[in-house]
Amino acid sequence: MIGYIKKATIAGSIAVLSLALGGCEIGPKQSDQLGYRGTGMNQVNNPRLKIPAAVIPAKPYDLPADLGPLSSVSYKNVQVLGNVRTEEFNLLMAQMNQWIAPPEQGCNYCHNPENMASDEKYTKVVARRMLQMTQQINSRWSNHVKQTGVTCYTCHRGNAVPANIWAVKPGSINPSTITGNKFGQNAPDIDVSYASLPNNAFSTYFQGKSQIRVASDSRLPSPNHVVSTKDAEKTYGLMMHMSTGLGVNCTFCHNTDSFRSWPNSRPQRVTAYYGIRMVRDVNEGYINGLASVMPAHRKGPLGDPYKVNCLTCHQGQNKPLGGVSMISMAPSLKGPVGPPAGMEPAPAAAAPAEDGAAAAPAVAAAAVSGAPASTGPKKSTPAH
Amino acid sequence: MALLSFERKYRVRGGTLIGGDLFDYWFGPFYVGFFGIIGALFAALGTLLIFYSASRGPTWNPWLISIAPPDISYGLALAPLTKGGDWQIITICALGAFVSWALREVEICRKLGMGYHVPFAFGFAIFAYTSLVVIRPLMLGAWGFGFPYGIFSHLDWVSNTGYQYLHFHYNPAHMIAVTFFFTTTLALSLHGALVLSAVNPPKDSNGVRGEVKSPEYEDAFFRDTIGYSVGTLGIHRVGLFLALSAGFWSAICIIISGPLWTRGWPEWWTWWLNLPIWS
Repeated sequence: MIGYIKKATIAGSIAVLSLALGGCEIGPKQSDQLGYRGTGMNQVNNPRLKIPAAVIPAKPYDLPADLGPLSSVSYKNVQVLGNVRTEEFNLLMAQMNQWIAPPEQGCNYCHNPENMASDEKYTKVVARRMLQMTQQINSRWSNHVKQTGVTCYTCHRGNAVPANIWAVKPGSINPSTITGNKFGQNAPDIDVSYASLPNNAFSTYFQGKSQIRVASDSRLPSPNHVVSTKDAEKTYGLMMHMSTGLGVNCTFCHNTDSFRSWPNSRPQRVTAYYGIRMVRDVNEGYINGLASVMPAHRKGPLGDPYKVNCLTCHQGQNKPLGGVSMISMAPSLKGPVGPPAGMEPAPAAAAPAEDGAAAAPAVAAAAVSGAPASTGPKKSTPAH
Repeated sequence: MALLSFERKYRVRGGTLIGGDLFDYWFGPFYVGFFGIIGALFAALGTLLIFYSASRGPTWNPWLISIAPPDISYGLALAPLTKGGDWQIITICALGAFVSWALREVEICRKLGMGYHVPFAFGFAIFAYTSLVVIRPLMLGAWGFGFPYGIFSHLDWVSNTGYQYLHFHYNPAHMIAVTFFFTTTLALSLHGALVLSAVNPPKDSNGVRGEVKSPEYEDAFFRDTIGYSVGTLGIHRVGLFLALSAGFWSAICIIISGPLWTRGWPEWWTWWLNLPIWS
């Protein structure tokens, strides 16, 4: 009997141990030091979980020497790319075919083959707006996309609709009961990396104008700066999304001795700061406006079009597509050069109590907004 | 210094682990022994090195002095003294001093003819320190993963290291450790309240203080309240178990962070969501 219990105990221990280790990542790790030694600002990554290098589709064909006349001359109803030469225009259409359209439909996914100029398919109207959006990102948001730029492929990756998108979440199914109303939190939502944090931060921070202002600029509590725990946790949830969307941890941008302090943060935080505003511009300026065009199956449960977040482009990498630039394959997506966007009126002047974390970029914004639009320099490091 | 009641028994010959009778003597009220000597040497050398390193640093503010481990690029090699080598030697000295102290406790236990509970318990504290500056750095392949020796800087390290796993409260071993820490304080407060109320009985209406109660009364209180009393000796076993478990699981929770898990800790719990019962 004793022997039997002993055997059962050993077998049980082995089972528990193997279960516990089954939840582990065994094997060597890769690590990068991001701050001064001993600050604990490190990235520890499992090389076996590394996202494989993206397969960049080859150019469908090489441009002929003669690029032909402007596409506005060759075709009708060319509203965005009219100043592009015909052969370049044709190549971009082939690339959009390759990058986006379902293979079985090809050009017909957007075009009526009988009348290519017709806007009767909603997909064509959306595609035109997306071209404008891409040009806006490349020309005005270089403080986020730098010179790498984006193309349709950055998000689409061969899918008609990018794989990672979001829409406003409906409220609780049964809000009048205690157990049925989760108040937008306490669910293992992938948007917050499975934490119990509030999981509707995209609606607040990836559209509209809400600023993340949790940490106060005064040492003592002040009635001028009251942020509820839940509102603070909502921003934490957003940061969880940014971290997993980019495959990094909090210390990639922040030194957590002060999340608010720009001088203590890494320059990557500035890129991310403009990234949040770029996503807002994309969602507010380009995608939400397509609500009347999009059919119901391209909209979320509350009727707003599916929108972008960090994961849409980054897909688990801190540089989308591993940092490979495809913009030279489709130069017409660069768009007209304009002043950098994301420069809101300096919050420092508007609301001193709330400028908080935005202080440094606000200084940059103030410096830029006074400069001539065509020469507006980009300040990509925080002013100290 | 007055002779304590047990000191006659304490001041006996023998029980040493190393050195036989050579170091078996007292320095004032303190037993020395082989481990007392090397412990003092390690402690002195380590402390001097801390002052030396602090003197090379930017501040003498005791809150801000920080002696940082080497860059991760040094891996498990020795680093130059000014680039984390000081941290490496201080770590060796600290471990030498801590282990010496534990072994000196063992010798004292042997002199007293008692169990090794005290050095065993101190061993858990040493294990927790070792897991931070030796075990985890070894598993991650660089001494640079150790924490810096500074009052504020080691707290910043804790914060940044925790945020490497996005939300450390989801670390299962951290959960267990925190639960044990809180249970330890709960048990201590219950125990302390019980003892104090037993030895400080209230005065009656005439202002006469009641009799100090016996353990039988203490047992009766918990038998009445929760149906069971672990007893006067047992509560100390419970307390030891709770306290050591808190330290042990603290060590485990940082050892597994990095060496055995690289993603956010909340994501670890997806094994629950993915159980074949409902997924």
